[in-house]
Amino acid sequence: MDNLYTFPSMDPQALRDLKKSIDSSFLEFSRSYGEAIEIFFEPLLLTLVWLEKLLIESPWPITILVLTGLAWITSRSWLATLFSATAFLIIGYLGMWPDTMATLAIISVATLLCIVFGIPVGIWISHSQRAKFVITPILDVMQTIPSFVYLIPVVMLLGIGKVPGLIAVGIYATPPIIRLTNLGIESVSNDVLEAADAMGASRLQKLLDVQLPLALPSIFAGVNQTIMMSLSMVVIASMIGVKGLGLPVLRAISNQYLALGLMNGLAIVALAIIFDRIAQLYGKRLQSYKETIQNE
Amino acid sequence: MSNIKISVKNLYKIFGDNPSEMIEHLEAGYTKESLLKEFGHVLGLRKINMDILQSDTQVIMGLSGSGKSTLVRHFNRLITPTTGDIIIDDENIIKKTDLEIRNMRRHKISMVFQNFALFPHRTVSQNIAYGLITQGLEQGKINSKIDKWIDKVGLNGFEDHYPSQLSGGMQQRVGLARALATDGEIILMDEPFSALDPLIREEMQEVLLKLQKDIQKTIIFITHDLDEALKLGDSIAILNNGEIVQKGSPQNIILRPINNYVAKFTKNINRSRVIQVSSIMDDDLKVNGPTIDGNMLIENALEVLSEKGSLTGIVTHNSKPIGSVNLYKLIKVINQPALIK
Ligand SMILES: Nc1ncnc2c1ncn2[C@@H]1O[C@H](COP(=O)(O)OP(=O)(O)OP(=O)(O)O)[C@@H](O)[C@H]1O
Ligand SMILES: [Mg+2]
Repeated sequence: MDNLYTFPSMDPQALRDLKKSIDSSFLEFSRSYGEAIEIFFEPLLLTLVWLEKLLIESPWPITILVLTGLAWITSRSWLATLFSATAFLIIGYLGMWPDTMATLAIISVATLLCIVFGIPVGIWISHSQRAKFVITPILDVMQTIPSFVYLIPVVMLLGIGKVPGLIAVGIYATPPIIRLTNLGIESVSNDVLEAADAMGASRLQKLLDVQLPLALPSIFAGVNQTIMMSLSMVVIASMIGVKGLGLPVLRAISNQYLALGLMNGLAIVALAIIFDRIAQLYGKRLQSYKETIQNE
Repeated sequence: MSNIKISVKNLYKIFGDNPSEMIEHLEAGYTKESLLKEFGHVLGLRKINMDILQSDTQVIMGLSGSGKSTLVRHFNRLITPTTGDIIIDDENIIKKTDLEIRNMRRHKISMVFQNFALFPHRTVSQNIAYGLITQGLEQGKINSKIDKWIDKVGLNGFEDHYPSQLSGGMQQRVGLARALATDGEIILMDEPFSALDPLIREEMQEVLLKLQKDIQKTIIFITHDLDEALKLGDSIAILNNGEIVQKGSPQNIILRPINNYVAKFTKNINRSRVIQVSSIMDDDLKVNGPTIDGNMLIENALEVLSEKGSLTGIVTHNSKPIGSVNLYKLIKVINQPALIK
């Protein structure tokens, strides 16, 4: 009868041993491979450091000019460009310029990482049922596991710093781009693929000339989501040593500084809005071939 | 003239998990229906044998689900048969490797689709160019071919439009140009004009007829519209439940439908406008009356006879008498024969 009220759990000693052995074997692993992994990620670190330095140390008017210029080129919208410029000016005036630039740097590199890794995987699972069968559940886990939990092995492996932060952001933000690349490719209509086949297109030609161009709007929506998700990781990433807007927010939480938290939080929001608007406008431009000409 | 370009031999296509095992059931007399019921396999095509002549337009007709699209997709191997052979210019295309098939599609056979299947993200010019790109042609040659075909199908001024900016008829002109630009010898057309309004459809038929006069391609044309078949076809094959029930010249199909399925197709046409005098004339040369060319339609022959006030006429071919007709016979032929019991 007793067994119904207390769960027949594992012997506490055995459980403790199990956990200990997992920990120690992972520690073993990180001791022997940690350095190799660090070397592997060295280029990533260098890119991040270079970009961060560039954004922070360049004269601010030039940085703003370049950033708003980029906003204009991608969105072709005066409104979005004006909003970006104003937001950056206010952020700078409120003393958050260096932190914002640091965050911009890590978001950019993290997004690049997600794209470089995510698009090929997305293509791969569109072409292989078996790969899809294996990778989809992994994506589910990546997206649902609480981010604090996978910070632990990352920190054990690489310690505290920029690279582990980047990897944490990457793990969290890659799934949408994989999924949406896959979705985009799979929703290309069979008619069009059949036409390409009938003209003797090879698999690669079909991918490059038909599937990817038609999947581009969807891939782009994935990039947008990836950016949003990496922005939302900024605060958590700052817990493991990533510089930027997350750090003051963290400080504000522990010291109950309302204004500090709010300002930096709003700066993150401003970045999110800028990225989102610009990405959406760019995505729309990618689909301009769908618009029919009026008055004809 | 009568070079055989394509020869189909004992072609079977069955959809399902064990298609090749179904062949013997078919041989034992299973029908499309019973095969589906007992073995869960769909009969696509059954024992297709046909020869298609060089530069002919071979029409394939049949009700929805009779296997027209399935058959036409075998000619460029978009579908692989369960068994059987297709010989094109002495080569069995069923035995070809993937690479050989790709080359065949690039250079020899092209296709036009019912729903156009244009690339929505490419402009008119870029759509027409695609087959030339897969051929690996250099840009200069591609450009001059695009210009030529834009002109031939009447798309001048639309070069930089996207497909969504064109009407259906215009879109199919692009489809036609895209298929013809590769200079293949064979064009497959799966109900290319079915999605168009009647007027546009006729316009496109004219475009095709005019083009075919100088390009002389071997065309396999699918339709379920007999008027279209008569207008374009040199030969017609009629499919039912995956089998060819009748094939032959358009005149023959109209005059001598082999069963009710075929007769139903021919029921609603104006026979005086499609039947030629030579296909219904008598051998008797000892009659008086005006001369009538053998290719003349009944409608026109009636006019000639009534104008001259004659009951009989002499049928000629290249101005030489080859037979005769009389008014009663002409009128009788116009009347729909009763369906076969
Ligand atoms: N991939 C497939 N799997 C299973 N059955 C198929 C497949 N493709 C075609 N069929 C079946 O084969 C038969 C012939 O189809 P097909 O598309 O060739 O007909 P169709 O004559 O072109 O008809 P429609 O006029 O509607 O285009 C149909 O019964 C169809 O359901
Ligand atoms: Mg069809």
